[in-house]
Amino acid sequence: MTRLWSFAALLLTWQGFAWFAEPRRLPGPALVFETMLEEARSGALFSNMAITLARVAAAFLLAMSLGSAIGYAMGRNKLADRVLDPWLVALLNLPALVVIVLAYVWAGLNEAAAIGAAALNKLPNAVVVAREGARALDRNLDEMAQVFGLSAKARFRHVLLPQLAPYLAAATRSGLSLVWKIVLVVELLGRSNGVGFEIGLAFQLFDVRLLLAYAIPFVALMLGVETFLVQPLERHVSRWRRGAA
Amino acid sequence: MSRAGDAARLEVAIASKDYVPANGRAQRVLDDLRLTLTRGEAGAVVGPSGCGKTTLLRIIAGLDHDFSGSVALPDHGRLGMVFQEPRLLPWRSVEDNLRIVAPLASADEIDALLGALGLAEHAKHFPGELSLGLARRVALARALAVKPDLLLLDEPLVSLDATLAAGLREKIAALIDEKRVTTLIVTHDLREAIALADRIFLLSPRPAHVAATLDIATPRARMTGEAAAALEQRARALIDAARAR
Repeated sequence: MTRLWSFAALLLTWQGFAWFAEPRRLPGPALVFETMLEEARSGALFSNMAITLARVAAAFLLAMSLGSAIGYAMGRNKLADRVLDPWLVALLNLPALVVIVLAYVWAGLNEAAAIGAAALNKLPNAVVVAREGARALDRNLDEMAQVFGLSAKARFRHVLLPQLAPYLAAATRSGLSLVWKIVLVVELLGRSNGVGFEIGLAFQLFDVRLLLAYAIPFVALMLGVETFLVQPLERHVSRWRRGAA
Repeated sequence: MSRAGDAARLEVAIASKDYVPANGRAQRVLDDLRLTLTRGEAGAVVGPSGCGKTTLLRIIAGLDHDFSGSVALPDHGRLGMVFQEPRLLPWRSVEDNLRIVAPLASADEIDALLGALGLAEHAKHFPGELSLGLARRVALARALAVKPDLLLLDEPLVSLDATLAAGLREKIAALIDEKRVTTLIVTHDLREAIALADRIFLLSPRPAHVAATLDIATPRARMTGEAAAALEQRARALIDAARAR
């Protein structure tokens, strides 16, 4: 309920500023909603959102799976940690824009470069979080698994994954928002479709209505993913904590 | 070092085991420690705190390979172990904890084990919802669920109050008689050893070796108060003799 009021206050503030600004600079909510409907009716809104969402999903999955594997190796193996740490620091401090431009220059203006560049920006963050998780693994449970001769599959599923779950959930939350912001930049710079491309177009035409008509639905979509996918999953994997004495 | 299954009995012959502190000289923990248990026999290793009992157990369990000597495990060397801390998987229910280590056990077998240890009503609980006494029992049920060729118990009654300890001691004694599984118990409590074992190994102070072996003609259920008192007296005399040497 509080959230709804807060949301209504945000809309009101927007409307308030829109009354004083000229509509070209800041169109009111009604105008933006109208444009949104137009774009939706032509199908352009949905096809662009679907394309962007697919890129976000691909880049996110790539970064998370690769990042978790590398982070796990670094957390468990001192040598791997020492060898890969400088690479990690370099990647962490490399501006997203540099990665994107280099990817387009070296690999061409194609889909692989776009997704790869977005994934590479999220990768070091996933590595750092997974490494922390791997460092915090309980040795006692490892020994238990060893004594009882648990299969590799059972160890992964019942011993390893539940311990890493909170870390992976944290990486997922920060990762989704990071990846989608970067995907927009990637689209702006080198793709001819997607939400980022449309926003680039809106910028060239100074069309703030179009810009907001694309930005707002996508924010809402990511909010939905967070609320209806990430949070319930997190609750499910941490349900054993609730009854803890 | 060597460690193998396939023997008819448990044969431990540790020539030496050194412990090297982070910065300091190596200390000998175990020195020419030999003990054997025939199939179906329950042995108890008794010694003062810090004499190397847990180290011995870890070597037998295959968690510590850094020693000279040999360990031969009975039959196929399938181990069931109850650690001092229960080491249950906190994110899995009690029955799942059993199922995960013993994927071949039938649902009926699991239920029977939980019933035998008075855990039937806790089958769906998570370990965090259990008291230490109950968690120990779950750990014992888990160790038995794998139908071990050798059951290892590390201080199974430590830090339980007197009533709980007595209850669990009776359960363990009944299960040893019922399952006829080769069992090795490590404890600092002589009375506990007398109540549970067929044979008691008294360890010397560090570096530990077996200072004396006591065979119990009337173990567990057949033990009388007088016999227990006589055994305790004999054992104390042997311990004093070992210390004086």
